[in-house]
Amino acid sequence: MEKFTRLTGIAAPLAIINVDTDMIIPKQFLKTIKRTGLGKHLFDEMRYDEHGKERPDFVLNQDPYRKAKILIGGENFGCGSSREHAPWALLDFGIRCVIAPSFADIFYNNCFKNGILPIALPKETVEKLMAFARSGGNAAVTVDLEAQTVSGPDEKPIRFEVDRFLKYCLLNGLDDIGLTLEKEPQVDAFEERQKLSQPWLWA
Amino acid sequence: MAQPRTLFDKIWQSHLVHVQDGGTCVLYIDRHLVHEVTSPQAFEGLRAAGRRVRRPEATIAVADHNVPTVGRAQGVADPESRIQIETLEANCAEFGITYFSMNDVRQGIVHIIGPEQGLTQPGMTIVCGDSHTSTHGAFGALAFGIGTSEVEHVLATQTLIQKPAKNMRITVEGELGFGVTPKDVILAIIGNIGTAGGTGHVIEYAGSAIRSFSMEGRMTICNMSIEAGARAGLIAPDQTTFDYIKGRPYAPKAGAFEQAVALWKTLPSDPGAKFDREVEIAAAGIAPQVTWGTSPQDVLPITGEVPDPDRERDEGRKRAMERALTYMGLRPGTKLRDVKIDAVFIGSCTNARIEDLRAAAAVAKGRKVASGVRAMVVPGSGLVRAQAESEGLDKVFLAAGFEWREPGCSMCLAMNADRLSPGERCASTSNRNFEGRQGRGGRTHLMSPQMAVAAAVTGHLADVRELL
Repeated sequence: MEKFTRLTGIAAPLAIINVDTDMIIPKQFLKTIKRTGLGKHLFDEMRYDEHGKERPDFVLNQDPYRKAKILIGGENFGCGSSREHAPWALLDFGIRCVIAPSFADIFYNNCFKNGILPIALPKETVEKLMAFARSGGNAAVTVDLEAQTVSGPDEKPIRFEVDRFLKYCLLNGLDDIGLTLEKEPQVDAFEERQKLSQPWLWA
Repeated sequence: MAQPRTLFDKIWQSHLVHVQDGGTCVLYIDRHLVHEVTSPQAFEGLRAAGRRVRRPEATIAVADHNVPTVGRAQGVADPESRIQIETLEANCAEFGITYFSMNDVRQGIVHIIGPEQGLTQPGMTIVCGDSHTSTHGAFGALAFGIGTSEVEHVLATQTLIQKPAKNMRITVEGELGFGVTPKDVILAIIGNIGTAGGTGHVIEYAGSAIRSFSMEGRMTICNMSIEAGARAGLIAPDQTTFDYIKGRPYAPKAGAFEQAVALWKTLPSDPGAKFDREVEIAAAGIAPQVTWGTSPQDVLPITGEVPDPDRERDEGRKRAMERALTYMGLRPGTKLRDVKIDAVFIGSCTNARIEDLRAAAAVAKGRKVASGVRAMVVPGSGLVRAQAESEGLDKVFLAAGFEWREPGCSMCLAMNADRLSPGERCASTSNRNFEGRQGRGGRTHLMSPQMAVAAAVTGHLADVRELL
């Protein structure tokens, strides 16, 4: 996984609540057995018409948002299916950070596994960032994970909260399976205890 | 005296392997269910890192999302779907995981076959790369959906890194009205608390109405916890639960079963256990429900009318309603019963168990699907299908003009050939009415199996109570 330390980039506004993972990546693209190559299908049904032509009114089809690294969304972002294809598609498009008032739990977790930082901020703050993002070409936002801040050029840095362990893994690009495998003796011990207390689980 | 604990607290605490600084936990996973869509990259990750599956016998795999529901004996026509299914088969063979093949009678939707095989038991931790894993919570198991990276993590370590959720309890007291089903109850709950109402929480469903439900009904309730934002739903195990499990292939065998039941009986939340949030709902106030929009929270009693976005004060919500009505091709003020439909789908991990099919058949019996409506019934598993056929339900459906299909996820998410065309409107017993969910441009109205049959035979959204 790629590290996430500090990111400066164009922020794309997507003022829709309850953006679900079916919107982010429709099911016809879940037939892949790879993690890569999904960027061109990100938001497919909103981004292209039924003939595969770009819809000019969709934000990611407009300059400068075609190069967006940050997405600003509405409440309950990423609800629905557990498909990790959603963060894979965002990442493949080039988006490394999503800012929204709230996130669905599974999507939130899946982002961290893929080097994407989801940031939950109060609704009014997100609305301010959304308005700033709409201003177009100069709408570069900087996200600093170490300092836990988001800054636009005219505003003082906005502080955000992030779980300490998730932050540590993201900052260092760590594979958490490797970390858990270091706990193998504890897992062995747990299993030995469970074999005694609930032998039917081991029959 | 020890602090009173919730059902969730008990399962959580009994599965802790390690607690790190900051409260992040390594949680042991008892059961892992795997399907073809969210697992190939996980197995690929194991191979790339040279890792093995820690406990292959704790994992069971089945293909359900991509499988065709007709002409299965001829194989899978779509090359991408076929590759995904063959990849699962090959991965299971390589890593020593039990796999129910497409032509095995035990094959079916992963959340239907887990309970059916006795793989789902109270007090367990159960995960699957699928958000509707919450279904298994009906047995008093902590069950939740995970992403593919977490699938890989479980395969490699038999654990997950998690933080504890908050406790929420939804109590439904009283008796359900005539023609009202568990599906109506869960839709009403989602309408009440909203699609993010349970975010960060595990929801325990309690109260006399919930206790009165069969396991099938309880599974329908827990299944849609995710549509209320909660990763997991829970219902306290009781005699109904134990009776359902007893004798199933993977259930504890005689002797061990009694030992297991003794432990399972200690699981229900203690009196006085603290919940972070409590919601109370009167069963008697719930009418048959249908959704009108593109979020499961866009739900109303069938007696209602399409709402007017201009009456909504919240700007974001108003825009979402306008977008939903445009997508759904509906106008404010239209009576829901006047909305004509083109298709009917009875199936999915929400409503494709034997009781669902019995209830649907009872309404379909002696009636005909309205002209111009295509209607299909997709049983949740090969065993459900066989059971339904032994009861003659297939004949009832076929005589009424429904198609009788082979088991799989089918038109719930339309990854196989079963899907809506743009603009087609469907009465569906599934769980999501998102834009494009059942096919690009398709319009989904969620409801119970009985209500879906009522829509099929009348050709429009209808109140099943008038047909019973």
